Amino acid sequence: MDSKILISVEHLYRYYGHHCAVQDVSFQLAQGEVLGFLGPNGAGKSSTMRMIAGTLAPSAGRILVNGTDLLDRPRLAKSDIGYLPEQPPVYRELTVDEYLHYCARLHRLARGRRSQAVERAKQRCGLGDVGRRLIGNLSKGYQQRVGIAQAILHSPAVVILDEPTVGLDPIQIRDIRALIRELGESHGIILSTHILPEVQATCTRVQIINQGRLVFSESMTNLQQRLVTGNVLLLETREAADSDSLRALPGIHSVEAAGPNRLRLIFEGDSPADSVAALVGEKGWGLVELALDRRSLEQVFVDLTCSENPADEEAA
Amino acid sequence: MIFSIAARELRGLFLSPLAWALLAVIQLIMAYLFLSQLDTFLLLQPRLAGMEGAPGVTDIVAAPMLQTAGFLLLLIAPAVTMRVFSDERRTGTLSLLLSAPVSMTEIVLGKFLGVLLFFLLLLAMLAAMPLSLYTGTTLDAGKLAAGLLGLALLLAAFAAVGVFMSSLTEQPVVAAISTFGLLILLWIIDWSGSGREEMSGLFRYLSLQAHLESFLKGLFSSADLAYYLILVATFLILSIRRLDNQRLTG
Repeated sequence: MDSKILISVEHLYRYYGHHCAVQDVSFQLAQGEVLGFLGPNGAGKSSTMRMIAGTLAPSAGRILVNGTDLLDRPRLAKSDIGYLPEQPPVYRELTVDEYLHYCARLHRLARGRRSQAVERAKQRCGLGDVGRRLIGNLSKGYQQRVGIAQAILHSPAVVILDEPTVGLDPIQIRDIRALIRELGESHGIILSTHILPEVQATCTRVQIINQGRLVFSESMTNLQQRLVTGNVLLLETREAADSDSLRALPGIHSVEAAGPNRLRLIFEGDSPADSVAALVGEKGWGLVELALDRRSLEQVFVDLTCSENPADEEAA
Repeated sequence: MIFSIAARELRGLFLSPLAWALLAVIQLIMAYLFLSQLDTFLLLQPRLAGMEGAPGVTDIVAAPMLQTAGFLLLLIAPAVTMRVFSDERRTGTLSLLLSAPVSMTEIVLGKFLGVLLFFLLLLAMLAAMPLSLYTGTTLDAGKLAAGLLGLALLLAAFAAVGVFMSSLTEQPVVAAISTFGLLILLWIIDWSGSGREEMSGLFRYLSLQAHLESFLKGLFSSADLAYYLILVATFLILSIRRLDNQRLTG
């Protein structure tokens, strides 16, 4: 990967008393990447993100932000990070404008650039017409957007979003996802979520964390290929298909029922989709769907996080 | 940066009814006290006029008033400082400060300064009352200035203790009560052991009130100044350590 490495996490550990919440987590984030962080509740997602954002000190390990060690030179490193915690860190008694101006000052934006930065963040997060309203009177979705605006205000190199679409309505979710993809082109983004389709919709890379360990790390394109289970075709027809004549087709190994008018065709060699479609047309069964069977990300997730022993495919 | 945090703190105070209520109540009580003190002075005035080296209007009106103000402010200071950190932790806004490129020292100093500015505003409003006597008479300006300085230092100590207590807990009420407890203890600590010389010396040095008294007498001593400055510095450093520690322990 030739793009710039923005975040480099090396052997990160975090203990709460005797409980180890994050255990030997290492990964890198390059510019232009949107990294999706998945994991069941209590897996250590938030702890890892808080450590990268600097609000929690790691028990061991090293975090480099844009080449700067977060623990040695926190101020310099933190200026490259925008962070939205699980709970949007908003002052309910301030108006949106006041709040964002305060954030701009906290991030040491020059006086002349503040208004411009605030306007831009508001416009990107769809806050244009609520600038003068009190944050406490806004709905949860709007408060969440204010939180996101705060995180991208100073155009940091890395934006860390902890469950950014919680509490938003479907249209807002779509807008925020589009925003994340747009930001992902020029920044590096780390995003945690419970919503699996969200990862597929926005991320370029997926990491699954379970019981404090990184158990899966794969780019989205590789993942899509891996999800194809191989030699299974799913066939759905309007009228019941005759499985015997399907089995007679060259290449088809066996046929299983997969529901009303649905069949799973297990084949060998090249996909016989052509001949299956031709047969369905000839017999007049009415083709509804014919597709390669894919495992969903959900299945991968469940496989990795529900097994007793963490999977061997430990991330590099 | 410190000033941005202080300004937000002060603004936050005035956006809630609490600050206004406190200002109004204190002003009302102190005005009543001031007028009754003034009444006493007018009653005594004919007799004082005949005495050699008699106490003036500053001694009879201003000094007792400032002394009472000190105690009264001890009662309300916890209400002002209780939210400083505990509220930020409860609502999660502390992570905004912690993830911003701001050092822990700047955060604590900003918070302290915000509270102190509020207290100084309160003090300015109280000072306006004795100063209004200038329209009819002359005051001992030095004595009054020393008294006001002493009260300002006392308020700085309240603010520092309050900020520290607020950094300990997520519950504002718990912060208020512990601030109150510690302040009262420091106020009355010289009441005990007054019989034995060797004990009372230490206790008297620790007492918030004893150091205020000499300021109110018009005595500006660097020992008293040092006492308040050390107290403020101690509690601010403890707050910084506490917040740093919190990042480590979660």
